[in-house]
Formats: sequence, structure tokens, C-alpha cells
Amino acid sequence: MSKPVRFPWLLAYAVAYLAFLYLPVLLLPLFSFNDGTIVAFPMKGFTLKWYAQLGAQDTLLQAMANSLIVGAVTALVATSLGLFAARAYVRYRFKGRELSEGLVMLPLVIPGIIVASSMLVLFISLGLKPSLTTVILGHVFVALPFAVSIMKSAFDDFDQSLEEAAFDLGESVIGTFRRVTLPIVAPGIVASLLVTFTVSFDEFVLAFFLSGNQPTLPVYIWSQIRFPAKLPNTLALGSLLLLASVLLLLTAEYFRRRSTKSAATSA
Amino acid sequence: MHLRTEAGKGLALSAPASLYVGLLVAAPLGILVAYSFWTQTYVEVDRTLTWANYLEAATDPLVRHLMLRSIAIAGAVTAATVALAYPIAYFIAFRTRKKTLWLLLITIPFWSSYLLRVFSWKLILGFNGVMNSALLSLGLIDEPLTFLLYNEFAVVLTLAHAWAPFAILPIYVSLQKIDRALLEAATDLGCSKLERFCRVTLPLSVPGIIAGSLIIFIPTVGDYVTPSLVGGSQGKMVANLIQVQFGPANNWPLGATLSLAAMAAVGCVALLFVILATALGRRIR
Repeated sequence: MSKPVRFPWLLAYAVAYLAFLYLPVLLLPLFSFNDGTIVAFPMKGFTLKWYAQLGAQDTLLQAMANSLIVGAVTALVATSLGLFAARAYVRYRFKGRELSEGLVMLPLVIPGIIVASSMLVLFISLGLKPSLTTVILGHVFVALPFAVSIMKSAFDDFDQSLEEAAFDLGESVIGTFRRVTLPIVAPGIVASLLVTFTVSFDEFVLAFFLSGNQPTLPVYIWSQIRFPAKLPNTLALGSLLLLASVLLLLTAEYFRRRSTKSAATSA
Repeated sequence: MHLRTEAGKGLALSAPASLYVGLLVAAPLGILVAYSFWTQTYVEVDRTLTWANYLEAATDPLVRHLMLRSIAIAGAVTAATVALAYPIAYFIAFRTRKKTLWLLLITIPFWSSYLLRVFSWKLILGFNGVMNSALLSLGLIDEPLTFLLYNEFAVVLTLAHAWAPFAILPIYVSLQKIDRALLEAATDLGCSKLERFCRVTLPLSVPGIIAGSLIIFIPTVGDYVTPSLVGGSQGKMVANLIQVQFGPANNWPLGATLSLAAMAAVGCVALLFVILATALGRRIR
């Protein structure tokens, strides 16, 4: 007796939900090739001119450069801080560990507007004018929880005896870290660098408050999306950013998996 | 503290990160509190201590209105996101083998620019937008729908979209942790599928629901981008008011007071929610 075939409602729902998730994301690339300035059906002809115009916009390129600088510095600082903190949380039992872990995760749950306004007030009071430096200080703050959680999972399955063996064979603390620990957690570090870079690259409200006259890319986009005439260019730019972030995150995912795999095989 | 001991090493390694966050939480908070007791006349900050800002925040009907609306919208967003996300999390945990693929598919849209995703909803819901033009050309409507954009509905829809992974992932994790033997036991003891879900699966996934709700509710109260892009005058929230004080209105003391008030409101609601949810969780068990 065969069971009656039931319609897979949950699967249907899941597919519909995915369509909902992707609808606004795929709209940008779709209309970025549209030969017209209005985002509505029916679409006009196919064109690449909106992309071609992007390279000639100096303020855009400057904002892009600002974002790349901020993102790179943020990724380096947040990942280094996260690397050491995660190492401490996974490896050592100490008083205040839970407090410290809770503190480091705190930026995830403070509304952005409050972080932004309070940091603006702090930096101005300290005599720090809004600039890329203040944006970086803010971005490290919001990127740190991501770095710590990625590095924690990289250290989680790390086999302690490998380090002990290195010590027994006469390596110094630093030598062990460089020649044993670092290579094993390297994929986690790469994943953390990529994710924190992406977090910084996309962050808007903090940069809006703290960037002064050095806009990052999201702040530049914010200034553009009020003007209907700039719309197609914004769509083209958005599509390129989408492509870049997907590539970046797939790379991060690849390294994150490699890090779990190498930890598993070394154990 | 000796660096040879385990505690010393742990503290030394974790100190830079926790000090960084600690300083950047405590110092601005302190200054924010100080500012909230000062006043400002366009450029000059008057440092005489006064309750004026708190009085204004407490009595101004606009502030109260926006604060209540922000909390109501955040509540609606949380409820909608969790309700929409639960079946997906359930599907991934119980009904598919390709878990990693599904999780990846769900997180990819989240990594695209938040600003542009919100903006995209504006293009979809607008008067001459994608939705209306599609419905018109299909002949389903005769004139563009006007209730889609610039109201609370648009804000809730946009945020329910933006926060989806933050609800799906924690619920998925808690569902994934459920011991499958418990489900078999429930069936063996005569539970119907619905009973089994209500009495075993759902209660055991409460921690994931709480985590997801908090991680959505708290930042949503302070969201700035979505209400300014798709909210219109009906959908403005407290973050927009705070930004006005720090920007055009140039009244930092009032802005500081509003930030603190928003934080206090968020804290209270979140605490209340945790208490209620744990009590509920205990009762179900």
C-alpha cells in the first residue's frame, strides 16, 4: 500500500519566503539594465550606460576609497582584538570571563541611533572632529561581536595537545603561536576579516553621524537616493555592491568551513 | 596579576577588547547623561544643571507619540518576523536534509546593502512603483494602490524583511537541539501531530523565540533608515526625532535626553518581555 502523496505545504511556504527575501535584492540588478529612469513595468530596452557612467563620478570614487580604507582598518583592528579575546574565552577559565564576553557582545543590541549619537557627543567633547578616524573607532565597536564569535568558533575545536607538543619540543610561546596556533586558525581569521570588512562597508547610521565631510559609500548613496535623476546610477552601483558582497561572503564561508574542517582533522 | 596563571593570561588576552567596548559604552553614556541636564541656545551650551529636557521629553505630546509608536512598530515587527520565520526554521530543522544550503540561501540577501534593500522596498511599494505597475499591467487593479507606501505597514514589512535571518537562525538552533527521541516518545504515548507540536516542539523552542525577539526588538526601536525612507509622516519613529536634534535643530541636550529615554524604554520593554516569556515557558513545561 502506498501512502497518499501529500502536498508539501512547508516546502511551498519556504520557497515563497525565499522569493520574498530575494525580491528587493534582485530588483536592483534587474532595473539597473533598464533603458529608462523609472522603476516600473513594463521595462524599456536593455542598456549598460548606467554602469559606464559610474567610473566618471569623482565623489563616488572618493566615497568608495573612504569606505575601503575604513573597512580595511576596521577589519584588521576588530579581528586582532577578537582573536585575542576569543582565545581567552575558549582557552582560559578566569574571573570576569562571562562579564567580558557579555560586554563584547553588547554592541549587537544597542540601537544604532543611540550608539551614533552618544559617540558623536563623546568625540566632540574630546576634541575629535568627525572624520574617517571617528568612523573607524565606531565601526570597530560594531564589528567586534562578529569577529569574536567567528574567532570563538575557530578556536572551539582546536586541539590543545598540539600546542603542548610544541612546548615540549622546545618552542617558545610566541613561536608556538606563530607556527602551530596561527596556521590552524588562519581560515577563521580570514573569515573574520571578510565579515568585519563587510559589516563596516555596509554600516550607515554611525558613518552618517561621524564621517563629517568624508562620506563613506553608504553615506554617499544616502545623498544620492533623494534625486530621481540619479536613480539608475544608484541601481547600477547597488548591483555591483551586491555582487561584491556575495562574492566576499561566499569566500568567507569557504574559509570558515575550512577552519572547522582543519580543526576537526587535527583533533 | 601574574601572567603565568590561567586567570592572568585570560584577563590579559581579553582586556583590550572588553576595555574598548566598555570605554565606548561607559564614556559616551556619562557624557550623554551630563548633556541631558544642560541646555543649548543654538550654538552656546549652557552648563547650568536643569531638568528642563526631561520635563520637555515627558510632557511633549510629539515625543510621547513617537516613543509609543516606535515601541508599537518594533513590537509588530518582532511579532511578524518571528511568526513568518518560525515555519522556515521548522522546515530547515525537520523537513530538509540540505540544511546548510537553506541557511546560506537565507543569509545571502541579508549581506547586501541594508540601505539599498530598504530603498528597494520604496521602489516596490511606491505610487508608480513595481507593485502597482505590475498589478495594473496584469489588469488586477484599475488605479494605483496608495496604501502601500509611507505608513506603518510599509515600515513593518520592510523591517520584517530586513530582520528575517535574526529570527530564523536562533529558532532553527533551538529546534535543531531538540532530542528527536522526545518526539518519538510523544507519538508513542499517543500524541497527535498537533499535540506533539504544541506540547513538545513549541515549548522547547521558546529560548530561540526569546533570543530572536530581543535581537529584533531592541535595534528596531532605534531604527533610522527605514522610517525615513518608507515611513512617510505616519511612520516616523523616535530615531528620526533624535537625528533632528543632533542635526538640523542643533539641540544636543534634548537629543541626549531622548536617546537616554529611548534606551530606558527599550530596556524596560525587553526586561518585561524576558520575564513574561520565562514565566510562560515555565508554565508550558
